[in-house]
Amino acid sequence: MSDFQIKKSPKTYDVVIVGSGAGGGMSAYVLANAGLKVLLLEAGPMYDPAKNVMQLKWPYESPRRGASTKFRNFGDFDAAYGGWELEGEPYTHKDGTKFDWFRSRMLGGRTNHWGRISLRFGPKDFKRKSIDGLGDDWPIGYDDVAPYYDKIDRLIGVFGSKENLPNDPDSIFLPPPKPRLHELFIKDAGTALSIPVIPSRLSILTKPINKERGACFFCSQCNRGCTVYGDFSSSSVLVKPALNTGNVEVIANAMAREVLTDSGGKAAGISYVSKDDMQEYEVSAKVVVLAASACESARLLLNSKSSHHPNGLANSSNVVGKYLHDSTGAGMGGILPKLVGRKRYNEDGVGGLHVYTPWWLDNKKLDFARGYHIEYYGGMGMPGYGFGFGMQNTNGKYLGRDGKQKEAGGYGASLKDDYRYFYGATFGMDGRGEAIAREDNYCEIDPNTVDKFGIPVLRFHYKWSDQEVKQAKHMKDTFREIIHKMGGIVTWGDKDGPENDYGLQAPGRIIHEVGTTRMGSDSKKSALNKFNQAHDCKNLFVMDGGAFVSQADKNPTWTILALAMRASEYLIDEMKKQNL
Amino acid sequence: MDRRKYLKTLAVGTVGTLSAVSLIDSCKPEDKPKDIAATPTIDRTPAELEHYNKLMADKFFDEHEMKTISVLTDIIIPKDDVSGSATDAKVPDFIEFIVKDMPKHQTPMRGGLKWLDIHCMKKFNNSFVECSSAQQIEMVDEIAFPEKAKPEMQQGVAFFNLMRDLTATGFFTSKIGIDDLGYVGNRPNQWDGVPQDVLDQYGVKYDERTLAESVKFDT
Repeated sequence: MSDFQIKKSPKTYDVVIVGSGAGGGMSAYVLANAGLKVLLLEAGPMYDPAKNVMQLKWPYESPRRGASTKFRNFGDFDAAYGGWELEGEPYTHKDGTKFDWFRSRMLGGRTNHWGRISLRFGPKDFKRKSIDGLGDDWPIGYDDVAPYYDKIDRLIGVFGSKENLPNDPDSIFLPPPKPRLHELFIKDAGTALSIPVIPSRLSILTKPINKERGACFFCSQCNRGCTVYGDFSSSSVLVKPALNTGNVEVIANAMAREVLTDSGGKAAGISYVSKDDMQEYEVSAKVVVLAASACESARLLLNSKSSHHPNGLANSSNVVGKYLHDSTGAGMGGILPKLVGRKRYNEDGVGGLHVYTPWWLDNKKLDFARGYHIEYYGGMGMPGYGFGFGMQNTNGKYLGRDGKQKEAGGYGASLKDDYRYFYGATFGMDGRGEAIAREDNYCEIDPNTVDKFGIPVLRFHYKWSDQEVKQAKHMKDTFREIIHKMGGIVTWGDKDGPENDYGLQAPGRIIHEVGTTRMGSDSKKSALNKFNQAHDCKNLFVMDGGAFVSQADKNPTWTILALAMRASEYLIDEMKKQNL
Repeated sequence: MDRRKYLKTLAVGTVGTLSAVSLIDSCKPEDKPKDIAATPTIDRTPAELEHYNKLMADKFFDEHEMKTISVLTDIIIPKDDVSGSATDAKVPDFIEFIVKDMPKHQTPMRGGLKWLDIHCMKKFNNSFVECSSAQQIEMVDEIAFPEKAKPEMQQGVAFFNLMRDLTATGFFTSKIGIDDLGYVGNRPNQWDGVPQDVLDQYGVKYDERTLAESVKFDT
């Protein structure tokens, strides 16, 4: 007998789900609670923020004081394993273009990292082509998704304020935290400039909503994972209760290789390689749900070729991998001289911004098509690696505690006091905007390269268009205006121009990539129907950001969750009707 | 679950964490076998642990370099009325670790230290650490002020900027430095807005709507 063999599980599950992030976690939760037998495959290890504790640790508990590593790109205390590069799992680029792909292989995926910004898409966000002629309309509208937004608001919890804005629908909100001091100044400046600054909308429990999860205790460390489950991550809020139903099995460290199909072309299961023993496995299920992230799910489909699906599974339209788009991003920061030497108090607050700016302008009056929102930060945060860097660029520019101008740089007791003096006086802001989904921004299978598991890897081709560059310029102009109005001085982010696309970050950096398996009514122009179900393969669903037709000027997670819940309920219904 | 119970549990948890750390801190280096790195108290994957143990087993700076770093860090952050010095906060140990962890710092640091010694040799016929305190300060004065430093001192300025950065970060992320800075977070709290005296100081206030709709706490 050969040493190489494929281990086939004798069991047939109702549903196998690939990926345990927002989409996969929600699907597992809904299906398990409906009594379906679910197998959840996760490419990384198990993870529980109550056990894998980073919260309330001090900077000196990390020998690198929280600096980032190749193991944790967002810092030594960040909950999310992984990052832009994974050892042995490369991706490539075409025609010298750029795309950075953030992957977090662990239970809960990238929901362990995200900023908890939980924004509903608005009515216009589903019908952009009808408004500006660019991209495509979704096959569904806000009213189709709204009931599911309501359900996840109640299930998961989100704070915010009722604003009745036309394209930023209110959720069923928990009360928001009061703004911090610099946020009050931002709000005043915004008001003076007719830029709205309203309470942020984060999935953090300012009040308890059930017995399983504690309320936020304001340590500002959501990105480290919450030991009382006071914020949303898929691992603690969806997968854990799904496991408690007894209807879900999780196989960790299972790297999916391809979707198996039967002789009739229907999905039959998943083949995967176990990272624990490097053996090959196959599992069978009546229905397959991919939620491995937009690009990873597209990769799986493109790698699942058969006589029925010669162009890859669910790809007779040839759109799988195309229309890839990430949010735009640009930032600027400064110092607020009136905050130097400020009084100390615990300003941690929730893990992230207490105020934000939703898109407020009319694109008809601008030279670019889509909007952006603004996220703010600053204040007296916990020091970490990088604290105090570049003091020589600060302490010679402002009057010191004694009212005198200092020579920049220096050393000794006087320098030591400068760090105290300037602490908590810096702040910054980031724009996060909508890019246009375009056919020629895509990922495809690289014909020459495989990863360490022998799985063909993705090759990216992505270019920003004039639309995104002009939007970034507008962001910069706005940030400058806000900072000046606050009485602040810009210290970084103001040296960008056309030569570097006005500081527009490389595609992929904002980690909002969507669109690679988009939904649509026309099976020639889309991979999925309006219920995230493959046109070409009715027992196959994709429930991650790949299904998006267009990313709004919002963060995608709340909509991934809502669509995954909606698709899972549809799946259950179709299964009952024996349509799958 | 009861919120206050959570806060209480967590408060106890925090104290526990603190004492564990201060126990480690109070443990003198010679008490520990040199080949075993202190066990991290934060979540680590197997790959991270392996990397950590490898770094801890390595040594980058030699004794002379470490001595020079110690003198420099204490010149940059000396003991004052508020808190101890950089070496009190074990900043040289942090610098030794961080250059191993971030190889990009290795050449600028090693080369910079050498640059410093060569200049001291030319000027005072001694290496930096062998110079008198007055001579050390005379040398540092030539490289600590980027805007008035002589053009031929630029390499020294770049090195001192890096030393200043690493010293400040190492110091203000230590327990001594955090206390000095007055950072009072990283513990269970109820954020009920900016304290009234601070609002008054800056002439700002929460509007009626914010007060009405924001989260409120039982006292």
